[in-house]
Amino acid sequence: MKHLTTPLGEEILDLKAGEMVTLSGIVYTARDEAHLHIMEHGFPFDPHGAVLYHCGPVIQDNRIVVAGPTTSARMNPLTGFMIDAGIRGIIGKGGMSAHVRDQLRGRAVYFAFTGGCANLAAARMNLTGVHYSELGMAEAVWIIELDKLPLTVAMDAHGGDLFAVVEGHAHEVFQGMYPTSTTGI
Amino acid sequence: MSVSGDPAFLKSLSDATWKAVRDAEINLPPDVKTRLEHAHRNESVLVARKELENILENIRLAEERSAPLCQDTGIPVMYVTIPPGFSWSPEMEQAVHEGIKKATNDVPLRPNLVHPLTRENTRTNTGLEMPPVHVCTGDRFTITALPKGAGSENVSRIHMMNPSEKGSIPRFIVETMLKAGGRPCPPVFLGVGVGGTFDKAASLAKEALLEPVDSMTEYEQDICDQVNRLGIGPMGLGGDTTCLVVKVKFAGCHTASLPVAVNIQCWAARRATVEVSL
Repeated sequence: MKHLTTPLGEEILDLKAGEMVTLSGIVYTARDEAHLHIMEHGFPFDPHGAVLYHCGPVIQDNRIVVAGPTTSARMNPLTGFMIDAGIRGIIGKGGMSAHVRDQLRGRAVYFAFTGGCANLAAARMNLTGVHYSELGMAEAVWIIELDKLPLTVAMDAHGGDLFAVVEGHAHEVFQGMYPTSTTGI
Repeated sequence: MSVSGDPAFLKSLSDATWKAVRDAEINLPPDVKTRLEHAHRNESVLVARKELENILENIRLAEERSAPLCQDTGIPVMYVTIPPGFSWSPEMEQAVHEGIKKATNDVPLRPNLVHPLTRENTRTNTGLEMPPVHVCTGDRFTITALPKGAGSENVSRIHMMNPSEKGSIPRFIVETMLKAGGRPCPPVFLGVGVGGTFDKAASLAKEALLEPVDSMTEYEQDICDQVNRLGIGPMGLGGDTTCLVVKVKFAGCHTASLPVAVNIQCWAARRATVEVSL
């Protein structure tokens, strides 16, 4: 298993969808509001080689109580400018769109972390700071240091997309089970 | 003084609410844990087994750290049973809300409740006619918390089917999971409501998530097997385990109607019941 450390560089180009890795170093939480805020006001951190974590943690007394991944698809239309700015990795759950898959090509990867595993994550994290605390607990950009968080490379920098493969297979199986049209919803 | 206005009783109800919410957020029920352990033992796909291993480790850590299982601590949907001779009152509803506010501060819970348009946060997980408190009669005075997160709630569906389509109910359920993919944090529990009215079907689907998950009827098992054949797997990364249990609840309906609701529940099927001391 590969052990990666931020900031990420060219080494991410060797990663393949389906591979399991660990990640250490600084990551930045960012959900919907943080993306919009950064788009408007610029980056509060150096984006080159940086890793975003789609996460709205529970923080109490400057301590991470829990911090699992949020659904990444919400950030689909807000991700291109992040990668253009040099972001090399995104951690989230549920995968992202085919459009994001194209934007990742040759530049960045998407890591899946197990949804709901907010304690497992918190046990391997230290809070080191915050940007945009005025956005509230869930939407602020929290600066977090990871210690070997276990991740799966779900979308690589070459168009590999584990979610898309699984989804394609599921559709084929469904068509096999119910060859007529779907229920129309 | 009637019991509904007795400050000691209202405190007892508020405390029981606090405890039910706290327990539900931190400790998964034994039947849910058993299902997940069983899935881990039987999973043949490496990535899927690792995902299930992370989940089991997370459950252990939540207990050890006395912290919520998931950062989406959800909306605490509440169910109350009241014994004969009691009646539900606005004061009781208020006491339940006080318990939720206290739990939000103490556990702590993420304040998730916002105005639907302004998105202004109430910061207490109460207010704006929320959370729902469902009351029915029972043998004992109990309160149950079912915290429901957004990931699995957002991909749940209701469909007003034609009565002639009753054979297509399994297809609708399987299709709901097909469309949901990895987004609701599978492996999932599926609560299904068949019949009733538009609103009753949705209520039944959520109530089905309160049922023990240690057994299934043949009808439920067949739907569960069909969902698992899709191969979506834990978190949508592929694998044998997509659905752990299907629970279907039925109600009578209009002869011209067939409402079917599917409430998807992530692997963290949180629920806890506490008896209210009288």
